Amino acid sequence: MVNYIIRRVIQAIPQLFLISLILFVLMQAFGDPIASLGVRTPPRPEDRERLRRQLGLDQPVYIQYLVWLAGNDWMKIDMDGDGVGETPGRRLGILRGDLGNSLINKRLVTELITERLPNTLLLMVTVEIVIIIISLFLGVYSAIRQYTLFDNIVTGLSFIGFSIPIPLIALLFMYLFSVNFKEWGLPHLPTVGMFDPEVGRTPGQIALHMVLPVLSLSIISIAGYSRYVRSSMLEVLGLDYVRTARAKGLREMVVVMRHALRNATLPFVTLIGLDIPFLLAGAVVTESIFAWPGTGRLFITHLTQSDFPVLMGILMMTGIAVVIFQLITDIAYSFLDPRIRIE
Amino acid sequence: MTSTAIPKTTVRKGMAESEIENPWRLAWRRFRRHKAAVAALAGMFTILAYIWLGGLFFSRGLCEPTGKYLTSEAYANCNDLAKKLQPPSREHPFGTDTIGRDILARTIYGGQISLTIGIFAAIVEVVVGVLIGAVAGYFGGWIDDVLMRITEAMLIIPSLFLLLVLSKALGGRVPPIDVLGRTFSGSVIVIILVIGFTSWTYLARIVRANVLSLKQLDFISASRALGVSDARIIFRHLLPNTMAPIIVSSTLGVSAAILSESYVSFLGLGVQTPTASWGNMLDTAVKYVQTAPWLWFFPGLFILLTVLCINFIGDGLRDALDPRSTKHI
Repeated sequence: MVNYIIRRVIQAIPQLFLISLILFVLMQAFGDPIASLGVRTPPRPEDRERLRRQLGLDQPVYIQYLVWLAGNDWMKIDMDGDGVGETPGRRLGILRGDLGNSLINKRLVTELITERLPNTLLLMVTVEIVIIIISLFLGVYSAIRQYTLFDNIVTGLSFIGFSIPIPLIALLFMYLFSVNFKEWGLPHLPTVGMFDPEVGRTPGQIALHMVLPVLSLSIISIAGYSRYVRSSMLEVLGLDYVRTARAKGLREMVVVMRHALRNATLPFVTLIGLDIPFLLAGAVVTESIFAWPGTGRLFITHLTQSDFPVLMGILMMTGIAVVIFQLITDIAYSFLDPRIRIE
Repeated sequence: MTSTAIPKTTVRKGMAESEIENPWRLAWRRFRRHKAAVAALAGMFTILAYIWLGGLFFSRGLCEPTGKYLTSEAYANCNDLAKKLQPPSREHPFGTDTIGRDILARTIYGGQISLTIGIFAAIVEVVVGVLIGAVAGYFGGWIDDVLMRITEAMLIIPSLFLLLVLSKALGGRVPPIDVLGRTFSGSVIVIILVIGFTSWTYLARIVRANVLSLKQLDFISASRALGVSDARIIFRHLLPNTMAPIIVSSTLGVSAAILSESYVSFLGLGVQTPTASWGNMLDTAVKYVQTAPWLWFFPGLFILLTVLCINFIGDGLRDALDPRSTKHI
């Protein structure tokens, strides 16, 4: 087991380096971040040069990557442009936990991310819980009522569910539950943001603002997951041990919930485990539509500004989480299913 | 099983046995049993007819700012600010957009772009995925190790993020191109490549797994012993035997690519105007949820219907082509 963990980690490290290098080089092609600085008067050419030197953008890509990786406190930077380094660098690099500063607002990337992460997690964890509960229910129920009206309706709806583009479903919900309900004089849901500024950031407000994004996000995943639960449930229900359980005269409820469900949900555990790291990344499209202040929206706003330290920060955080959760899922699976041996 | 034991039962009246042995005919018979897939195929032909021929009938009219009577795509790109944000009417059945373009005409030409992107992105995906999967599975050893580590590295970053970063990095680098008298925004090519190159990992893994199990079989050893070249073994012996998953995932690849295009364009990094796509028709819509629902409803509906049809067809193909499928023929 320990060997397995060590080997996996050793395998993942070059992969993280590779992907970070590729992303970093790609981001150099984004165009000039200074051009997208929100200043009223365009900077003079000499100011622009100075700014580039201060931000380290005048260096060749491989130096910039090294600085991003390992920091620059071991070298002197040339701030005044005379070709001789005089100011000692202060950055520590991502390997020592310093994700750098945003090029746009100079704030620490770690600070920007930790500010948004709780919002994204609040939204995404709720979504994940809704998904798990509803898709387990739908999956199990359609499996034990295979080919009935209920099953066929769920099948049809789930096909629509995973074919619908998120913008359409989000806008439809907005239109129905806030625009139309308001017109009809019914209690209506708020559309954008996290809370009404006039009421303040109360739990009730946040819950109210979460309803539509949670609905839009969960429907699409429920469609896929409930199918998954249904098919693995059907597979297990056909096995001999389930027949034995029935033959013993156990109640159907006990057979389904205690005997079949346990085995049927094993692959589901993997699915969810591999999903968790992506929760950190948030949902770019949904967060943009509902103006939810999460990491997904942080990513897209800083992407349009070519602010690569922030983007690299978010991507690397997600990447490391993916590696860790893949490992945790594998290990958890081997505990849950004794037939699987990790070597 | 029944077919080997009692071959006569599989022969229908008036059909020669050789016809029934044909695997494509067999697949078509299985496909026809999937009612939803057949309906989806009909639906897909209707959508194709709409976007191929619709332009001849529905995309013509007087473009007031220029004073000219325009047809086809020129009409779809005609912006008449005096007519902006008009609700559906006789003249504009789907209404007009924020700068007064006819939405019906734009769903036709946008559909051409979205489907083109879907199909070509799926082709890129299949070529890359099949090559990488087959080479990794066939040669094994360090080649397999390197290719699979690269595949896994791609899976570390959520694909939408990768898609956005690539679109931003390559966007605006390809000049507009002329094909068959029409000018396309270069962003169409960028989106095709970007979607294709970020979606092949799943297919590569399936192909690799299939090739790994197939290459143990005797007919491959026989080909090797006869001195058949590696390329020929891969393309003539291994890949034809793993066609079913390739066909199914390339079909589903088209619908996934149409959805990806809509997300990237929705976020403003995809197909650039004036070239319309179903995705970029949605991108200003959020501001008009309340005031102009026709702006987002029609392009969104077209995406939904197209993706739905393709997904059902893919499901039908899976049933039709999977030899382990338990459904009776």
